[in-house]
Amino acid sequence: MSNNTFTRVEDSPTGKKLAGPVGWLDDRLGLAAAGKKNLRKVFPEHWSFMLGEVALWSFVVLLLTGVFLTLWFVPSMGLVEYQGSYKPLYGIEMSEAYASTLNISFDIRGGLLIRQIHHWGALLFVAAMMAHMLRVFFTGAYRKPREINWLIGVGLLSLGMVEGFTGYSLPDDLLSGTGLRFVDGMIRSIPLVGSYIEFFVFGGEFPGEAIVPRLYIAHVLLIPAILLGLVGAHMLLLVYHKHTQWPGPGRTNENVVGYPMLPVYMAKAGGFFFIVFGVLALFGAIIQINPVWVYGPYNPSEVTAGSQPDWYMGFSEGLVRLMPPLETTWFGWTFTWSVFLPAVGGLGLVFTSLALWPFIERWITGDEREHHLLERPRNAPVRTALGVAAMTMYGVGWAAGGNDIIALKFGLDIFAITWVLRIGFFVFPVIAFIVTKRICISLQRKDNETLSHGWETGVIDRSPAGGYAERHAPLPVEKAYALTSSREPLPELESERPKKADAKGVRNPKYRKQSLRHRLREFYYSGSVDQPSREEIEHANEHLVGADQHPIELGEDFQGISETGVPRVH
Amino acid sequence: MTKDVESTVGDPIADPGLPEHQYRPQDVDAKFERRTERQIATMFGLATLLLLGFCVSYFAIDSDVRIFAFGDPSSGTAFGGWSAQNFALGGTLGGALLLIGVGIIQWAKKLMGDHEMIEMRHPVRSSDEDRASVMAEINAGVNESGIARRPLIRNSLLGAIGAMGLPAIVMLRDLGPLPHGHTNTVWKKGMRVVNDVSGTPIKPSDLKVGQLVNAEPAIFFETDEDGHPVMHGHEVAAAKAKAAVILVRMRPEDITPAKGRENWGVDGILCYSKICTHVGCPISLWEQQTHHLLCPCHQSTFDLADNGKVVFGPAYRPLPQLPLAVDSEGYLVAVSDFPDIVAPSYPELARDQKKLDEKFGGDA
Ligand code: HEM
Ligand code: FES
Repeated sequence: MSNNTFTRVEDSPTGKKLAGPVGWLDDRLGLAAAGKKNLRKVFPEHWSFMLGEVALWSFVVLLLTGVFLTLWFVPSMGLVEYQGSYKPLYGIEMSEAYASTLNISFDIRGGLLIRQIHHWGALLFVAAMMAHMLRVFFTGAYRKPREINWLIGVGLLSLGMVEGFTGYSLPDDLLSGTGLRFVDGMIRSIPLVGSYIEFFVFGGEFPGEAIVPRLYIAHVLLIPAILLGLVGAHMLLLVYHKHTQWPGPGRTNENVVGYPMLPVYMAKAGGFFFIVFGVLALFGAIIQINPVWVYGPYNPSEVTAGSQPDWYMGFSEGLVRLMPPLETTWFGWTFTWSVFLPAVGGLGLVFTSLALWPFIERWITGDEREHHLLERPRNAPVRTALGVAAMTMYGVGWAAGGNDIIALKFGLDIFAITWVLRIGFFVFPVIAFIVTKRICISLQRKDNETLSHGWETGVIDRSPAGGYAERHAPLPVEKAYALTSSREPLPELESERPKKADAKGVRNPKYRKQSLRHRLREFYYSGSVDQPSREEIEHANEHLVGADQHPIELGEDFQGISETGVPRVH
Repeated sequence: MTKDVESTVGDPIADPGLPEHQYRPQDVDAKFERRTERQIATMFGLATLLLLGFCVSYFAIDSDVRIFAFGDPSSGTAFGGWSAQNFALGGTLGGALLLIGVGIIQWAKKLMGDHEMIEMRHPVRSSDEDRASVMAEINAGVNESGIARRPLIRNSLLGAIGAMGLPAIVMLRDLGPLPHGHTNTVWKKGMRVVNDVSGTPIKPSDLKVGQLVNAEPAIFFETDEDGHPVMHGHEVAAAKAKAAVILVRMRPEDITPAKGRENWGVDGILCYSKICTHVGCPISLWEQQTHHLLCPCHQSTFDLADNGKVVFGPAYRPLPQLPLAVDSEGYLVAVSDFPDIVAPSYPELARDQKKLDEKFGGDA
């Protein structure tokens, strides 16, 4: 396989074959200069970098299967009598959208499979985007120079959810109609102009006959086109900035270490597309999803108990369920806060905070440097703790979205659950914050401990006096480097406290802003510990010797014990 | 500020450099290499077979064949019931895709060159000279345009461009009619309350104490002299979204009617809107003992013995009640339209409600 004898490109078989076409293209496009830089572009590896790829490939699967569905789906609310082969609904009046969805499911061979892959793909798409975003958040990968790509990501996530919801509403079955009824109520709750937007969106009174065709064009053209553009921009920026990497021997903030795009990365990423598609196809084969024929056509006076939106809407749904009743009348206008605040405000708040966070953090830390090494979550305790608190809040909202199911499954009282979650929505995140921050700081301390006292070998020495002591050995330099190289030093907070007035008594005009920032800095860095200095580590390593005053020799094949205390073997 | 991509400040440990390259069995042993090659080619071969299997299943399997994991389908105890066609198509397609994917990745991992490469990063920021010349160009452009010196042209142009937004917004006007509020439903004085499925009128004696019946206004089932329904299609759907009701019968002594509602029921039978005042789900979960009606969407709970008052959940307004009477033939009919606004709240609700209050003020 590995060919060590060097052949000139022009003389190699590939070179001979490709020189013509490559030359033809370059004569017309002049792309060689760009290709030279990018074809062998280096990508670092880590399992967590795959999450974004899952999102990308599920999006591609959605495009492919979606185009298939458009061949038979009829986006119309015109009423027809169902004449297809699904017996229980035969002869019933329903919209063409619903009838054509039944047609895809029962009379188009493979149609059910494509529908199920499409729906599973939608669930995976949003899930992968969220997991990917959490990875980026907890490792600080959004820091300079990647803030713009973070913003694009926030746009992708929000649009992806809207795209999923519009798709969910297309088949015009009882569940999707119930979802639209909710949207109708939500639109009405918009202060002052709610009724106007409602009538314009639905083309009159709910449900009307305009909404499915309108959602359809958004679902198959408008939003996918924007998503595609954003995905493209996201990828371009990724290539342009070069991927971040985890710290490790040979990996610094100035380089990127990994495999070249052509061929290894291309093959791995390309192969991964088939895996994502394959898994979705198997899901579509085995696990039924959204069996619209069971629900029946939409009828505004019917509902199925335990009706649930797709999972990514669970958070909004939960907030709406948790919100206590609140409606006010001012100057003759009705303001329906109990719907508007959780439904419109909740997600608005989530996406606004996501978009603003990198800029808030940078204002607090004042960090102007470029960051290409990922940060371990423990080394940014407040960021990590805020992230976990936000996840907890999301989790509570999500659980509330299924409070009826929880009540049913566990035989609990629904009112009690709702009250626990109402309070928990505010209390649990605080607890999560405190606990996470403490854990991060303990882990930082443990890292410092290993750096300055060596790692615990699991080898016990007995001293002549009969005492036992565990031998510590200096951390291998590769490991020590991986621990230390991306850790940010703490600022000298005491010395930078802003003053109300300078020594001459001149008032500091920026005092309020500065002192707000200072307080945030104190909060951001509180409890964090600095890592030992180079001198401290060297000093410590010199002292890491056995009782016989010799540095510890542990033999070639000794790998130490793992974190769980089990001896490692080759 | 910074000229170069900086290393993290004050690394306490110097970079030991990339670890030594580890060779794979395939790199050093030709036998291994050939075996891996064969394994990968086998995966691709199997994938091709599965894809052929897909085509065969497409034509060979009838779409109504079901498969069961275990149990006897005729007795209704079987587990499964997958469409055999869906299962075969998805299984072959998924299997083929997975084999192709795994094969390619194996190829990349085990046979393609695996020397890690190092590429240097460069600061994203351009050089100071480049920035200065860009600024100079922008400056030159701005100066030559005279946009700063000619505020009259600039501002009138901005005004004109801004005005372009107007047609864009005005054009949206025909998206739908102007809102007309939700004061009316199809209920009218004397309209019969009928069963929602069969359309048959209901007598008080048809309801037992504790029973709940889903009902609708009779007009949904009425036909004109040619036998065509009076209302059809979307009219019905929109009307249903406001006019669907439930009838409940409670013991008269359990009911505590508000002032003015004493005669809205017939022998303990009350009629309420079925549409939740929260965001409009049809309400359906009835608890006989407590007289509570629970909305399945967000669990708003209304006490039907107490004028539809909200006892739990996010809904704010009580469930509107429809005054009932019996007609000359003994069937339940509406006394009027709803005196309260049904369905979810909207900005003009308070004003519309005032109008209703004025209209019904007299007879309440
Ligand atoms: C990012 C992407 C997308 C998401 C999250 C998404 C999501 C969904 C969902 C959840 C459904 C309901 C399916 C069901 O019946 O269970 C749906 C239906 C549908 N989607 Fe998409 N979709 C996406 C992209 C596309 C694209 C690009 C197209 C077409 C070009 C498309 C075409 C359709 C059609 C025609 C339907 C209705 C057919 C049916 O319900 O059987 N989708 N989509
Ligand atoms: S629609 Fe009834 S509680 Fe929300």
